[in-house]
Amino acid sequence: MYTEKVMDHFTNPRNVGEIENASGVGTVGNAKCGDIMRIYLDIDEAGIINDVKFKTFGCGAAVATSSMATELVKGKTVNEALEITNKAVMEALDGLPPVKVHCSLLAEEAIHAALWDYAEKKGIVIEGLTRPKSDIHDGEEEVEY
Amino acid sequence: MDKKIYLDNAATTKTRPEVVEAMLPYFTDLYGNPSSVYEFATQNKKAVDEARETIAKAMGAEISEIYFTGSGTEADNWALKATADAYAAKGNHIITSKIEHHAILHTCEYLQKHGVEVTYIDVDENGILKLDELEKAIRPTTILISVMFANNEIGTIQPIKEIGAIAKKHNVLFHTDAVQAFGQLEINVDDFGIDMMSASAHKLNGPKGIGFLYIRKGIKIRSLIHGGAQERQRRAGTENVPGIVGFGKAVEIALETMEERTKKEIMLRNLLMKRVLEEIPFVRVNGDKVRRLPNNANFSFQFIEGESLLIMLDMKNICGSSGSACTSGSLDPSHVLLAIGLPHEVAHGSLRLTVSEDITEEDINYTVDRVKEIVEKLRQMSPLYEDFMKKR
Repeated sequence: MYTEKVMDHFTNPRNVGEIENASGVGTVGNAKCGDIMRIYLDIDEAGIINDVKFKTFGCGAAVATSSMATELVKGKTVNEALEITNKAVMEALDGLPPVKVHCSLLAEEAIHAALWDYAEKKGIVIEGLTRPKSDIHDGEEEVEY
Repeated sequence: MDKKIYLDNAATTKTRPEVVEAMLPYFTDLYGNPSSVYEFATQNKKAVDEARETIAKAMGAEISEIYFTGSGTEADNWALKATADAYAAKGNHIITSKIEHHAILHTCEYLQKHGVEVTYIDVDENGILKLDELEKAIRPTTILISVMFANNEIGTIQPIKEIGAIAKKHNVLFHTDAVQAFGQLEINVDDFGIDMMSASAHKLNGPKGIGFLYIRKGIKIRSLIHGGAQERQRRAGTENVPGIVGFGKAVEIALETMEERTKKEIMLRNLLMKRVLEEIPFVRVNGDKVRRLPNNANFSFQFIEGESLLIMLDMKNICGSSGSACTSGSLDPSHVLLAIGLPHEVAHGSLRLTVSEDITEEDINYTVDRVKEIVEKLRQMSPLYEDFMKKR
């Protein structure tokens, strides 16, 4: 079902974890649909992404796309990171099954959400970045366990 | 461990070697068409008749009440569509449950597009049909109640006798999809008040591609498949002789071994559930604890998603199944898990493991150890778990 690269990034995901006092944190997706991605960015004064971590609730493709997305943005400038599309994530993974393409969109969206958070915290405007569409807290009720 | 641990016996089972052996002559030696007149073919007719007799006896039915089909799904389609057709003069209302197999639910949706009204009865938190709602739903136009004997996902066994009695009291036909139950549980169509029943061979160590529909004598039924005069002119198509012979053999063995086999399955299943519940936090068992198929365990692990769990189990040579959306090809998790009241995210984290008599205690212990490691690994990766732990 999955390519070797997807399986590799799913079973040995890169950059799993959290960053304390991150420059930007973005969470997208919702539990109802079965996938949530959270990306933490550590961005230095020069606007370079020094470190990136993620946490994902979701299927194999969701984990693999998160992992690959973090690899692609690491060491990049904010503007370079903004240009990383879901297509680039998919290509880097040697493709995804058609039903899993939305996972790569979610990964792109998670990066954008983290950048949006960074821009808001810094009080800056990143050209070309629009408010991320999906957020887990949008229209979601708190669920008691 | 190099050995494959197959814990998906609700999906399908291994065909028993004795069953294969019984089938083999009917491919290469006794390959005649049972409808032909010569002696060579009549041996095949005899083999089909014998299998039919074995199956009829297994459920207290008459030989002439068993009609072979290509699958359990075909039997379900036939029961619903033909009843809606044959009883259209009496009414156009069918009652079923919210947790039926798609073979029933999607057939009902089809019938609804063709003027049939369908009521879907709720189940309680354990998956047991609400009998009071069932009785209240009956109208003068109700022609059929169709409720599965036991659920394929959560293993809950329905109060079939009570449902049969309600149907009889109101003069409504009662069909049950017994695909998961036949060969696992004692079934007698008269005791349970069953008018029609679907079953499939591959769920009880028989071959794939063969099922049957039991139709009580006196019930009006139309054909679903038209053509030759096979199956008392009710189900056309040259008989799948090897399949039928294999089905008969599988039923014969299933009945002989039922007591011992299910006892072992219950022991293994209970060990599995006990260890998982004791050793893994934030987990629940789905389905009724007592009224449950002997081989079924169904868990929901909070904060993780089922497909990830299945792939990681597969890498450890363990075969299981999940009700998560990713495994169903839609955005919604299993309709059964939602019907018993699970929130979406908990339903996404479900794992069904169904044992067989070939499984050992060692297999179960190995499986639980792997499930523990994988659930922990996935939780460490999960933002839901992170949020939950920070809130505590």
